[in-house]
Parts: sequence; structure tokens; C-alpha cells
Amino acid sequence: MATFDADEAARLHRDLHSHLPSDPALRVKTLESLMVERGFASEATLDAWVEAYSDHIGPKRGARVIARAWTDPAFKARLLEDAAVAIKDFGFEGSATAHLKAVENTDTRHNMVVCTLCSCYPFALLGMSPAWYKSFEYRARAVREPRKVLAEFGVSLPDGVDIRVWDSTAELRYLVIPQRPDGTKGWDENRLAAIVTRNSMIGTDRDLDPGKA
Amino acid sequence: MLRPDDPLAPPTPGFDAPWQAQALALADAMVAAGHFTAADWATTLGAALANAKDQGAPDTLNTYYEAVLGALETLADTQPGLSASARRTRRQAWEAAYRRTPHGQPVKL
Repeated sequence: MATFDADEAARLHRDLHSHLPSDPALRVKTLESLMVERGFASEATLDAWVEAYSDHIGPKRGARVIARAWTDPAFKARLLEDAAVAIKDFGFEGSATAHLKAVENTDTRHNMVVCTLCSCYPFALLGMSPAWYKSFEYRARAVREPRKVLAEFGVSLPDGVDIRVWDSTAELRYLVIPQRPDGTKGWDENRLAAIVTRNSMIGTDRDLDPGKA
Repeated sequence: MLRPDDPLAPPTPGFDAPWQAQALALADAMVAAGHFTAADWATTLGAALANAKDQGAPDTLNTYYEAVLGALETLADTQPGLSASARRTRRQAWEAAYRRTPHGQPVKL
């Protein structure tokens, strides 16, 4: 008489499927192979993108832009005028920064960036966005209660500092220019760039620490 | 409560799995080549994220990238040769290729 061992059947089933990539990995592989085959994208371009964003495109790019703005008033004026054009000095432009607005923190103004719709972000300048930037919670609360959100990032804004939250779109993304901290007089661009944090360029960090250079 | 990362720590990897980076690369390539507009992409991804939230999905990176993939598939439906039925057929071909390929060897269709 044939017997049916449920545990054994389950094991065989698991074993069979364990050689398959995960469901999302298979869906991506499916899309990728069709897109490449139909000429929508080339494999080389896709590979280069993944390598760049897994590896060398990150917030150090944005930090260099900020350091330049701190040391070169003419550059800063151009950055505030049209950031998408100004960052071409560095070759940092990309499809996600075709329209970019720089907003400057002052003693009385703090700027903070969110994308309430999805996750628009100047990733050619700052690399991949952090996980929290993409979370439901940050996207919902940054506009509703920015001071409370900032406090959770360890930033307490003094009275007299107002806060402006910028909601990114596919057409317009934002870069916060943090304030140059005291105690950095005479520093060159490289040394200054080292103290500019990613979060300060999104606006969830405010007072930069010269001791971190 | 948000769990902000240490802003001065080395950047954490943006991707938990290679497919997440690949999905974003595909979306970026389609926008860069003009097959989708940036606005269509943002709207479709926004709708996928809102849907995930409504369904009670956890607020995690995996949920986010699942929405990215879902949005990509939604927009793929509008493109010649990338329809749901073309994808179904191609996926079956990949699954068959994985099953017949001995472990450790490159998987080819």
C-alpha cells in the first residue's frame, strides 16, 4: 500500500523550491531579461547603475558641494539660483537632479526635506536614501509634526528658529545647505566636507560638529 | 517612533538584497530613456506605497522595495512586449532554467 508522509512531502517540496530565487528576485529577473531583450535598457547600463549606487555614489558628493558653498560665495549664489546647473561643476548631475533647489539654514530658519508621495530624493548627489526617508512614518509625520520628528533625530530647535518642510516631487528635489559651524575658519574644502553629514543635507541634522573632521 | 540612524556612522547599505537595487536600476533606466516619465513613476510608486500601507504592510525596507517592484510591473503593462502575459511566460522559463541547472553553474534560458 502506498503511504503518504506529509513531512517528507513538505521536505521534498522545500528542497525543490530552495534552488529557486525568491519571488521578487524572479520577478525582477523576468522584467530585466524582457527589457534588455526588447531594447528598453542595456545590461551594461543596469550593471553600472547597481555598482555605482551600491558603492561609490553617496553623500560625500553632496558634502563637497556644501563645502564649496561655504568657501566660495559666488558658487553659493549660483547654487541658490539654480542648484541643478551649479552641481555640473562637479559632474554630479543625473536624472534625479535635473531640477534641484538648494535651501539654506540660517540662525532663524531650519529646512527639512521629505517626499510625502513616494521617495523622491537627489540620489545622484546623496546616494541611496536612508531607510527612514522611505518609511511610512517619516513621510507622514515630517509635515504634520516636524519638530517632534526632529527631536527624535536628536535635534531640538531653539525658540525663534522656524522650520520649513519641503515636499519633494519627481520634478523638483531639494538639498539643504547646513550652517557652517564656528571653529572652522581657514579650513579647506576637503576638511569642511568631512563634517557635513548626510542627514544635515536632508535637514534631520542641524548643528555640525567640527570635532568630527 | 522613528529609528534614526547615527548620522555620523558609515552609510549603511541601501539594499538588503540585490533584487532591490536591480529593480531601482530598471526604473531609473526606463525614466532616463523616456519610456516612463518621472511623474508617472512617482505617482505609480506613491499609489503602490499607499496601497501597501492600507493593507497593513510593515513599515520596512522590504515593503518599500516590494512597492517599487509592483509599480515597475504596473508601468511595464503599458509597454510593448512587457505585458503581464509576457512576464508570466518568461518567469516560467526562468523557473524551469533554475530547476534544470546544476548547483553552482550559471543559469541560462
